[in-house]
Formats: sequence, structure tokens, C-alpha cells
Amino acid sequence: MKQYDVIVIGGGHAGCEAALAPARMGLQTLMVTGSIEMIAHMPCNPSIGGPAKGIVVREIDALGGEMGRNTDKTNIQMKMLNLSKGPAVWSLRAQADKVEYPQSMQETILNQANLSVLEGMVEEIIVVDNEVHGIRLETGDEISGKTVVLTTGTYLKSQILVGHTATDSGPSGQRASMGLSDNLRKLGLSLFRLKTGTPARVATSSIDYTKTTIQPGDDIPRTFSFDTPIDQAKDPKEQLPCYLTYTAPETHTIINGNLGESAMYSGMVEGTGPRYCPSIEDKLVRFADKERHQIFLEPESKHTPEVYVQGFSTSMPHDVQEKMLRSLPGLENCEIIRYAYAIEYDAIVPTQLWPTLETKKISGLFSAGQMNGTSGYEEAAGQGLLAGMNAALKVKGEEPLVLRRDEAYIGVLIDDLVTKGTDEPYRLLTSRAEYRLLLRHDNADLRLRPHGIRTGLIDAQRSSAFSMKVAMIEMELARLKTLRITPKRVINEHLQTIPTTPIRDGISLYELLKRPEVEYRHIMPLIPIPTHLSPEVIEQVEVQIKYEGYITKAMRQAERVKDLESKRIPKTIDYESVPNLANEARQKLSEIRPLTIGQASRISGVNPADISILMIYLKSSNK
Amino acid sequence: MYLTETITAIATAVGESAIAIVRLSGDEALAIANYLFTGKDLTQVESHTIHYGHIMDPSTKQHIDEVLVSVFKAPKTFTTEDMVEINCHGGKMATERVLRLVLANGARLAQPGEFTKRAFLNGRIDLAQAEAVMDVIHAKTEDALQVAVGGVDGKVSTLISDLRGEILTTLANIEVNIDYPEYDDAVEMSHTILKPRLTTVQQELEQILRQAQTGKVIRDGIATAIVGRPNVGKSSLLNRLLQEERAIVTDIAGTTRDTVEGTLRLGHIILNLIDTAGIRETEDVVEAIGVEKSRQMIEQAQLTLVVLNNNEVLTDGDRELLALTAYKPRLVLINKMDLANQLDVEQLGLNNQEIIKISALEDWGLNQLEQKIQELFSLEDFTTAQLEQFVSNVRHIGLIEKASQSIRAALEAIELEMPIDLITVDIQDAWESLGEILGTEAKTDLIDELFSQFCLGK
Repeated sequence: MKQYDVIVIGGGHAGCEAALAPARMGLQTLMVTGSIEMIAHMPCNPSIGGPAKGIVVREIDALGGEMGRNTDKTNIQMKMLNLSKGPAVWSLRAQADKVEYPQSMQETILNQANLSVLEGMVEEIIVVDNEVHGIRLETGDEISGKTVVLTTGTYLKSQILVGHTATDSGPSGQRASMGLSDNLRKLGLSLFRLKTGTPARVATSSIDYTKTTIQPGDDIPRTFSFDTPIDQAKDPKEQLPCYLTYTAPETHTIINGNLGESAMYSGMVEGTGPRYCPSIEDKLVRFADKERHQIFLEPESKHTPEVYVQGFSTSMPHDVQEKMLRSLPGLENCEIIRYAYAIEYDAIVPTQLWPTLETKKISGLFSAGQMNGTSGYEEAAGQGLLAGMNAALKVKGEEPLVLRRDEAYIGVLIDDLVTKGTDEPYRLLTSRAEYRLLLRHDNADLRLRPHGIRTGLIDAQRSSAFSMKVAMIEMELARLKTLRITPKRVINEHLQTIPTTPIRDGISLYELLKRPEVEYRHIMPLIPIPTHLSPEVIEQVEVQIKYEGYITKAMRQAERVKDLESKRIPKTIDYESVPNLANEARQKLSEIRPLTIGQASRISGVNPADISILMIYLKSSNK
Repeated sequence: MYLTETITAIATAVGESAIAIVRLSGDEALAIANYLFTGKDLTQVESHTIHYGHIMDPSTKQHIDEVLVSVFKAPKTFTTEDMVEINCHGGKMATERVLRLVLANGARLAQPGEFTKRAFLNGRIDLAQAEAVMDVIHAKTEDALQVAVGGVDGKVSTLISDLRGEILTTLANIEVNIDYPEYDDAVEMSHTILKPRLTTVQQELEQILRQAQTGKVIRDGIATAIVGRPNVGKSSLLNRLLQEERAIVTDIAGTTRDTVEGTLRLGHIILNLIDTAGIRETEDVVEAIGVEKSRQMIEQAQLTLVVLNNNEVLTDGDRELLALTAYKPRLVLINKMDLANQLDVEQLGLNNQEIIKISALEDWGLNQLEQKIQELFSLEDFTTAQLEQFVSNVRHIGLIEKASQSIRAALEAIELEMPIDLITVDIQDAWESLGEILGTEAKTDLIDELFSQFCLGK
């Protein structure tokens, strides 16, 4: 019987990355999915990116993942958000075509060397002596594997909730996975219930857009991937716009009059819903004073007429939903293609995972994506990539990859999950990162591509392109420091055209570029022999020079933490034998079993004094 | 708790000992000390050397204390890190000000036993010693927790939380702008909106700091030196003030040699009086000590009363005293107004505000003293109710100063039209510094605030 190196259960956004990575690293990989056509399906809104999340997509791309490239190929709108608010929070967001995105991803997956795809439902993880050996399908077939990555998303014991009815079902009418949940419990893993929801879809032809405000994409081409040449970016002229409307007073009357009908408020839901994605009834109850709420109408595809009604998630019965939707300006005569629903599902308590996303209990069993308690395609894909890479590195007997909090949003995400856990679907926010000035959109490749190269996910050609870019940036930074201008008339006349204050003493171009109003293109005429630099290199040079002071400060702060991050705690430590620890700390440390002093210091309930005691204990037991 | 963070503490027992040591350890120890030090460039000196100079407040250019600074460079130090010891001479008050400056400029107050902890972690001391340290940390933390929880007085805590709340509201708003750029219910935090808001916060912080200063003056008193040439009437002045004989009054110059310290209540003001021997260039050994002591007293005094004799012409000794006190809070008392005028007041070149004409013997003119001191220390409008809102803890004051610096940096960034995201870095720092006073955990608050204040999500 064939033995796979890595078996991935699930074909969602986490599953795709988790399966592609080991295959590209040369390992025999199998993806098991309920339906091949549902691979990379987008059951919620087909938007990819946005604040923090967009940077995650760049990070995935930098490491050698697929999400960025696939979005570049299939988007129907691109927009750079927060451009005026500073380089650390620039974030790219795409509307993906919900038909083309999965198709394109399926093509990539099915054509990937070393990767097989099998349709089937997994009933059981085969575990011997706390070590994973493979999987058993509901047909009884067994497949042997050295490692298994769980990426079952919202499919575990999922129930669709609409009004007073609950149906056992996965998203979009797919089959839920009932057996696997019980099997995981039997294996000793703790699961908990979470809830999320999706709004209705309406037909574009039935919307009166004249009553709404148009929200177009950017008119210059943009891409997520560092490897997509800009001339292969989608033509901005072919983009589909979004539209903005608002809830009307009547909408509020309808909703308030029917709260008892909502699954959320009729006590049917036991799972915790996300604050990040509340239902419209939630919003009305919590913010009763607010007169109206924004509703975005987002096109889902060039191939279907469906429009996603963003901001209008609900678990009301169908007839109430209809009334609600038709009370929205522009949607008076709308035709409903799909109704909104809430979904409840089992997720794994993420503190049971090591920072590599391997379960602590069962060696070789990894878990990633929404089943770890997150929400969002990007969060799922980022975890999937890391889980896939770490499964592969384990098989190869190499050092695992754990990204630090000052290194990647993916690092922040995973560290939060495994160190603090979550009680609601976790969404990344830029404010969760301590060092967001270091975790920028523009430098994701500088931060992470070396990991991609080291692990073999980035091929030789992309690797040398990267080295070239790094060299160009360094050379230009060095050159601008040496190039000086003096207060000659011709120079000062040029400065006044920018316009910026004339100089009185000699100054380097590096210093000149620090002025907020001066851009690289302004200083180009002052460079004796200008080199041709790519826009990415120029952007990097500008950001690094202009914000040097802030970036250096953030790096210094990060440096302090790095020191704690490098102090490892042996997995075998027995906290009962550490004298003087406070009881709460002892209990928390035994539960989370942090791998480093840095991680230990972030556990709530573990105080600085406990950390001191722990460090002294480790130091003395080393002797 | 970070290992390489520079830590500091007063290393000598708290009290009125003549010399107190502020000790620093960590990567930035030398840089911080050097920034505050006028004298040699400490970053360039040899390890294990001692240097004479002054500690100066970089923001006000004010001399804080005359010091000896010992520099110990890694790795041959107690903690194996760079270490600096600042030997302060100015008593409790000056030492605390030095510590506050060190705290405001990048160091953090050491936890109990932290110097020793570092020494152990860096392999400097052995296990037996370390075990003792663990017990110390354990025991002292209990106390420290008590202090952290109970130490922040109710009123101060309200004051700080209110201010922190104001900052948080602004921060949450900025975060919503960033994380939900299309959400139109949150006002876009522009430079124009931010500037007045932060200016208000800045003013409030400065107000707290000023009050802290005043509060300390009111509660602990003003260290006051009375100086003057022999026989100008210092002792009779002191006696008049103390209403009792505490120094020997004599007509023979140079006999008031022993330091007499006393506490005097002048209306609402407490003066911690330091009587000194006459300051006069002399060959007499005993007298020489007295003169040197006088100089020291002026160094450590918060207020100097320079006594001149109306009945004599101005001497070099008088001029020297006036020069020594020129840049410090002082009042010039022209004594013996009951005797014939010999002193040319015009010749002094002094501001009339500084001068009080008295006769200690006849007991007149002294009633102006209280009022002049109140003016000098801005105590006029002070009420006892305000006294309860004083931040008195050195660590807290250091943190408020740090917060105030961060807000100032944010305001400067606004002037430079830096993008909002960079400005938040400093606002966040201020918020965290204030949070350290209250001991609350920072990150979660902000995210909770975001979702409680704004209706977000798709």
C-alpha cells in the first residue's frame, strides 16, 4: 500500500496551501476532499485582502504559497486601501471572481507534481501510540501517511441555521462531516462550538444602482504576488465596481419586530459568533442608537449574476429576509438567489497545538484554518501554508518554521491562537501586531522570502530575482548617502519646483528624501548617472529612508523580545518541580507548554515574576 | 522584563545619607547616563573609571546635581552588562530627580532582585546565590504587587485612567480608520482633529507633573540653605525663624561651624532649614570644611536664602555667594536694616523681586518671606483638595514624564505631516506608559474598545 508523506484533509483555502507546499517541497502528498469541484470554493464574500489580511496574502506569496498568484489571475477588482495613512497599513484588497478563483486553483492543484487528489469523507485518523499513521475513509478504506493535516473548515458537525430550523449541512448545501468530530474527541482533543454566517445573494439585474453610490476599484493595475509581472495584472478598465447603500428606517422596524424569529435570538445557537462579522440583528441590538448601517453590494463573478449583500448577515427565516432586503434603497425589487444563513460548527481548541500547528497530543497530526477557530480565507491560507510546510519539514527531519510576531502577521496569528486561544472566530487586525511598522505590505518578501528559499518552496529563478532586488535596494540606499548636493542656484531652483525649501548647506540626497514632500522621482534629476530601478525597489528605498527613525525604533523594541524568543524551554519540563511558581502560572504553563520564554511571557496569568523564576530554574537545571 | 532592557534603581538605602547611588545596567546604560551628564563623554572613557560632572535635565538645561559617575563596561561587571553608577550628593530630593530623568530617558525601574537575577542568568553568580535570589524575588513580588495595586491612590488612579481613556478613544478611532477604511461612522482622524486633542492631553499631563512637583514641595518641604558671610546675621535670622536657640549667636566671625538642621513651618510652607558655616576663603582647616559644606548645601538646596549685611559694603565673599546661587531658586535677604546703610543695593544688579529687606534682630520684614517663597514655587493657588491628587511615586512620575514626551513626539510628527499610522506609534507609547502606572494589560483593551465603540463587520 502506498504511504504518503503528507495527507491533507480538506480542500478549502487552508487545505490548498497545506497540500501544495509539501508537494512543491518534493514530498508525496494527498488531498482528500468531499468534492473536487468545491476545492478553493468561496462560501462567503469573494473578497481577498484588506487591512492585515492583504499583508497575509503577500506573506503567503513571499513564502511560496498560491493565494496571491491565484488572486492576481482571477480578480474582478483591486484596490489599495489606507494609502494616505502610512506605509505600514497600506493594504491591497481584491474582489475575486468566485467562479474563476476556484477553477484556477483546482487547475493548479490537479496539475501539481507529487500531489494526488481523492474525493471522499474521512471518518477516522489512525493513531498508534500517540503517533499518526494515516486515515480511514467512510468507505472503510485506509490510507497510510506519515503526517496528516486537518483543514476541515466549518464542516465538522456543521448545522445550518435559518429561523427556527437547523439542518445538518456544510456550507452551500455540502455534506457535513459527522464522524470525524467524534473521532477527534475520542483521540483526546477538545473541541468547541463556533458560529458564523453569510448574507443573501441577489441578482444584479434586479438592483436599481441609481439609488446607490458607486465604489470603483483603483485605476492603476495592481498585483498581490511578488512574481506577477505588472503587465500581467488585470486591466483596471475591466473591473466591476461595488456599490454602497444603507439600511432604511423600515429595515430596522422589520428586524426589531422579528427578533424572536432569528436563530441567534431564539436561543438555538450555542456557538459564539464573531464580533468581526456580526449579523444585522446583532448590530441593531448592540447599537440601537445608530440610525443606519452601511450595506455594500459586491459583484461575485463575471460568470454569475450574484451580488453579495455585505453587512447584512442574518439567521432570520426566508420570508423575513425577503422583507428586510426589499426595504433597502435600490433593492426594492430584488430577486433573491441565495438566502442568508448562520452556520455552527466544531472547532479545535487551538491551545492544544504547538506553534508549528502540530497537535501536542498526537505526533504528526497538524491542524490549520477555520477549524482552529479563525475566520477568513487569508487567515486560513496562512495557517494552511505553515502547517503544510511544517508537516513536510517534520518528514524531512528538518527544523520547523515558526514565524515570530515581529516577522509576520502569520506569526502574530498563530502565536495568538496557540498561546492565548480564542473564544470567538479570530480575525486578524493590524492592531493585534505590536510591530506593524515592521510588518508592511511592501517588505513581505524581504521578511519572508529567505524562509521560502531555505525550505525549497521558492525555486532558483525566483530566488535569484529576490537576491537581485535586495542588492539593488542596498546599493541605492548606500549611493544616496554618498551623493551630496550643494546650495547652487540651479539646485535650489529645482528644489523650488518640487516644491520644497531651498537648502543652505550641503546635504546628501538621502537626507533630502527624508523630507515628507520629496519623492524619489523628484531627486532623480539630481543623480549624475541614474540607474534604472523597478518601482518596487524605489518604493522600498523611499519607505526605508522616510520612516527610518520609526522603523529603527520598532526594530529596537523587537530586538529585545527576540532575545526572550530565543530562550527555549525544553518540551519535557515538569512545571510541578519548578519551585516558587504561582499556582495559576503553574497551571497555565502546564497547559500551554510554551516553547520559548517569549511565548511563556504572553500567556495571560503568567506574571513577570513567574518568568524570572522560570528563567532561573532553567538556567540552574542546565548546569 | 526583557533581558537587554536597561534597568535602574537607587542602590543605596533610602534616607538622608549624604551620598546616594543611582545604578543602571543594560545595553543603553552608558548612552542614557551620557545624555544626562555634562563632563566627559562617558561612552568614550575606559571601563572602571570615575568621572566628575553634573547631571542636567536635557529638556530644561537645568543642573540637577553635582555627581561622580562610575563607568563599568561589559562583561566584567556585576551583571556582565554595561553598568553605570551615578553618585549623587544632593540628598533624597536630587537623587529622585536623577532617577526620574534616567527613567524618562529610556531605562525602566528594576524589579526587586533584578540586578542579581541578571548576574545569575549571565553566569556571574552561582546556584546557591541564585536560590536565595529566587526567594527574594518571590517575597518581594508579593510586596511589589501590593504596592502596584494599593500604591496607586484612588484619586490619582482616577486621574490617570480618565486621561488614558481619552487617549484610548482617540487610538480606537484611528485603529477603526485603519482596519475598517470604508466604515463611514468613525470620523477620519486627520491631523487637524488630532492636534487639538493631543495638545489637551499634553497640557493635562504637564499639569499633573507640575502638581506633582508642587505636591512634593508642600508635603515634604523645601530644602533651604541659609548662606552668608560670617556675621551677617544668619544665626539670628535662623533663631528668629525657629523661635528658639538652635545655633550659637556670636559676634566672633567663623564660630557657627556645626550644621544645624531644622524644620520650620512658614504658614503653609515647610522649610527644611540647613544652617551652614560662614562661607569665606580661609586657611583655617575647620573653617575650610565649613566653607566646602556651604557650597554643597547650595548644590542640594531647592531654595537658598542669601543673607547680606546692610551695615557693610559688598565683599568678594558676598559676590561669590551671589554667583554660586545665580541660576538657582534664591532670595536675597538684606539683614541689619536697623543699622546704618553701607551696602549699595544698586551695585548688586538684582531683580527687586529677589530682595527682601529685614532686620532679624528687630524682627521686621520677615512677613514678606512666606509670600515670596510662594511666588517662587507657584504655591499661591494651591488648595488642600488638590493635594490628594498628587502623584508622588517616583516610578509613576517617571512614567508620566515618558507619556508626556511621547505625546510631544506625536505632536511634532503632526507638524511634520507624518502619516497617521506613524503618529499612533507615539500615542500608543503614551497610552502604554500610563497603563504601566495602573498595571492593566494593554492590547486587549484596545480591541475591546474598537468593537464596543463602533459597529463593525461585514
